[in-house]
Amino acid sequence: MAAVAAGVGQQWVLVEMVQAFYEAPAYHLILEGILILWIIRLLFSKTYKLQERSDLTLKEKEELIEEWQPEPLVPPVPKDHPALNYNIVSGPPTHIITVNGKECINFASFNFLGLLNNEKVKSAAQASLKKYGVGTCGPRGFYGTFDVHLELEERLAKFMRTEEAIIYSYGFATIASAIPAYSKRGDIVFVDEAACFAIQKGLQASRSNIKLFKHNDMADLERLLKEQESEDQKNPRKARVTRRFIVVEGLYMNTGDICPLPELIKLKYKYKVRIFLEESLSFGVLGAHGRGITEHFGINIDDIDLISANMENSLASIGGFCCGRSFIIDHQRLSGQGYCFSASLPPLLAAAAIEALNIMEDNPVIRTMTIKCQSISGLKVVGESFSPALHLQLEESWGSRENDVKLLKRVVDYCMNSGIALTQARYLEKEEKCLPPPSIRVVITVEQTEQELDRAASLLKEAAQSVLN
Amino acid sequence: MANPSAVCNGHLHHHHHQKQNNLLKSGISKKNGIIKGTKKNGVSNGTLYKKPFIEHFEQAPMYVAVFTFVGFAVGTIFGYLRDFMRAWGLEKRNIAAEREQQKDFVPLYQDFENFYTRNLYLRIRDNWNRPICSVPGPQFDLMERVTDDYNWTFRFTGRTIKNVINMGSYNYLGFAETDVNALKTVTIELEKYGTGVCSTRQEMGTLDKHVELENLVAKFLGVEDAMVFGMGFATNSMNIPALVGKGCLILSDELNHTSLVLGARLSGATIRIFKHNNMQSLEKLLRDAIIYGQPRTHRKWRKIIILVEGIYSMEGSIVRLPEIVSLKNKYKAYLYLDEAHSIGAVGATGRGVVEYFGMSPNDVDVLMGTFTKSFGAAGGYIAGKKDLVDFLRTHSHSAVYATSMCPPVAEQIIRAMRCLMGLDGTTQGLQRVRQLEKNTRYFRRKLHEMGFIIYGNDDSPVVPLLLYMPGKIGAFARRMLEKNIGVVVVGFPATPITESRARFCVSAAHTREMLDTVLNALDELGDFLHLKYSRYSKSSHPELYEESRLED
Repeated sequence: MAAVAAGVGQQWVLVEMVQAFYEAPAYHLILEGILILWIIRLLFSKTYKLQERSDLTLKEKEELIEEWQPEPLVPPVPKDHPALNYNIVSGPPTHIITVNGKECINFASFNFLGLLNNEKVKSAAQASLKKYGVGTCGPRGFYGTFDVHLELEERLAKFMRTEEAIIYSYGFATIASAIPAYSKRGDIVFVDEAACFAIQKGLQASRSNIKLFKHNDMADLERLLKEQESEDQKNPRKARVTRRFIVVEGLYMNTGDICPLPELIKLKYKYKVRIFLEESLSFGVLGAHGRGITEHFGINIDDIDLISANMENSLASIGGFCCGRSFIIDHQRLSGQGYCFSASLPPLLAAAAIEALNIMEDNPVIRTMTIKCQSISGLKVVGESFSPALHLQLEESWGSRENDVKLLKRVVDYCMNSGIALTQARYLEKEEKCLPPPSIRVVITVEQTEQELDRAASLLKEAAQSVLN
Repeated sequence: MANPSAVCNGHLHHHHHQKQNNLLKSGISKKNGIIKGTKKNGVSNGTLYKKPFIEHFEQAPMYVAVFTFVGFAVGTIFGYLRDFMRAWGLEKRNIAAEREQQKDFVPLYQDFENFYTRNLYLRIRDNWNRPICSVPGPQFDLMERVTDDYNWTFRFTGRTIKNVINMGSYNYLGFAETDVNALKTVTIELEKYGTGVCSTRQEMGTLDKHVELENLVAKFLGVEDAMVFGMGFATNSMNIPALVGKGCLILSDELNHTSLVLGARLSGATIRIFKHNNMQSLEKLLRDAIIYGQPRTHRKWRKIIILVEGIYSMEGSIVRLPEIVSLKNKYKAYLYLDEAHSIGAVGATGRGVVEYFGMSPNDVDVLMGTFTKSFGAAGGYIAGKKDLVDFLRTHSHSAVYATSMCPPVAEQIIRAMRCLMGLDGTTQGLQRVRQLEKNTRYFRRKLHEMGFIIYGNDDSPVVPLLLYMPGKIGAFARRMLEKNIGVVVVGFPATPITESRARFCVSAAHTREMLDTVLNALDELGDFLHLKYSRYSKSSHPELYEESRLED
């Protein structure tokens, strides 16, 4: 019975279907017909294969493998490349330095406050060596955090008058890890053209959009910021999540200039951009107490989002630190690659840095020395007068960069033979974004006396005379 | 062909070989524990491996994976609940906040990025960044740290927990010591040189100590020349970009360290990943690369470089060096070997995986390593042919822009290396290597017998013990600390989400008593926390095992 009813029910549905078929409008039927034909075509057509996979036979593949010749792992380096004939220093690179067997006065090491040879620093390091040994045998997360690290971080934070500080075991890695921790793909970074290589590598690792502005040119920066603002108005949703940063250095290593921080602060609040300040050269040098460029200009340190510096210049240790508000610095403890995935700073270096910091705090150094190189013909001085690292560039280029480098080398050699140790500023020519012109680096430290500075100036004059004329 | 597995097939039924065939066939379970047959395709490794290569990657029973996911799900739900309560002011906000003046700036962190950190990591945060206040030797002193607000902030009570057994520091040969005699030369050099260098290698930063150290490293490794750098991480991230650039191909292992990944990214070359220690995957990539060239343009690749590590620190596995070298020779690629954990720790005289497999250092194009682990110092080196090192002296980022290594640290490496080479007139170096080998074997064997799941090669001093569930991570580390043992636990994102683990680093300085203390504690804790997941029961002939091992 039920089966019959089911059968009737089925038939009834079938009748309905046929009726619907007759009653449907024409365009509907035509459309359905076309779709059915299309499906049939797709079902029976050959699947789309990537041409290459089916084209090569095994024999051809083997031949290709046989034929392929790679480049040599490294291109040959000419034997007279300047970096292969480097200066070897015997003994500590202090004020009187023994370079290649000859004693000279040191105008080349970044030992700004003369703390390299300080007895108190050395004895603090010795005490630490006795207690902790040399290495830390682990990254910060896995029993590599020593009480000296915590103490150094506290001292640095207190010295710079910020909430928190974080230390890295290598100066280069400090800013190169800090930038990618905050700025990711899609964010925008405005950076000065003369930024140092470590900043460039940090920016490359961050994969953000980089916008270079002319060195110390605030008008150019403002132009870029305005352009960005008009871009934002076209796409406000994206603009709400795109972070923006300005990366500048306090004292530029490549040019010796100071950055105009007060104007930058104004731009920061006007365009809502965060500022990252790299103070490797200015820490310990600028400001009444050596707190850097913020003290020099009298700016509230909280206005700067992140200050990064390395401890290898003024503090005569190894490593670097970042300081700022806890809100910002704490993030690096989990996302700073050079912090999480690398062994921590050896305790003896941290102890040395603490002692150096103590000395800096107790005797704030007033830098008044400067080298009187203004009247050297053929060479011009590049950099602020109070900058500890100056550049001496050729007034006019003698053709190619190679020639310039060779000439400057002769000047440097002349000076070295007469007892003043100088060095050329070294760059990786193919890797720099904006390669600075070749120059001699002159470093003024507090240990140099007036006579030594005069002697250096006159020697440079002589060297320039004899080589360039 | 001689089959290495035949050696151990006889005695123990719970030895597993990592099957390469199955890795490609069963894409799901990449780690298979059962011996299914003894065919190894690709290169004939019977003749390549001079001693048995035994690695374990046992998979846990299914219920473990289920519970792990459930654990994470519960944590996530509570995380959302907490965030909700915090947003509505029902719970106190302990997080540092943005400045008032900058509230209208684009937010620095997206809320979701920090979700994991805020709600899952924070709960067990007290197991990391534990500060110590003594030398990181086989035992150390921890500073006691308590939290009053569930791990948001910590407070030091001022007490120290003394003589905690150290199973976390990378102190493989025990050179992290404060013995006055051992550190005599370091003290002298520190007095002479101070701590800073204040210049780069190419400017005024090459000291005679660096030259001495580089010569010693070259002699130690048996290569033509070497160059040293101030930081191990930076050695990779600054030299790989100097060696390869656009138009080159980098074939990198799945589980490579962050420094290698960063160096590869910064170089601008194309990166392709092959499955961990899987030679079929590598060979396929090599063949495809040479046959089809660069993507889209099909130009030939300028060069192909393979990045591998000696010992992988999260897995404890050793690289299959003989097979890689034969592949590299066949396809004319270059090999970059990062021996951060293996230099000093494996090999008959501590010269790393190259010696472990009985190969010559000329087989590897670029030998890289760090001094942090086995030498108790800091820094890294790259060694190889003179052309290579000369090129790096001129083109490495570190040589031009970064400060060189500081002299006391260089002296520590020199004295440790001399001790290892026997140049100081004693056999202490060799004794340390032997002791490490014995300790490693003992520790691993015992853990296997107890029934834990241990990953990695039988000869690697890095021993990961699998915990799986997120709740057990915190429990394990805290309870071990109560028993006065310091361990390292790792979870997501350093490991896959279902495979959280505790990682032990065996040291030559550990005595048998210390290891026994740790093993007893692990036994107890394993029963208490149900960590003994291994399905293969204890060996019925432990003595037989020990005998056959000692013959090596």
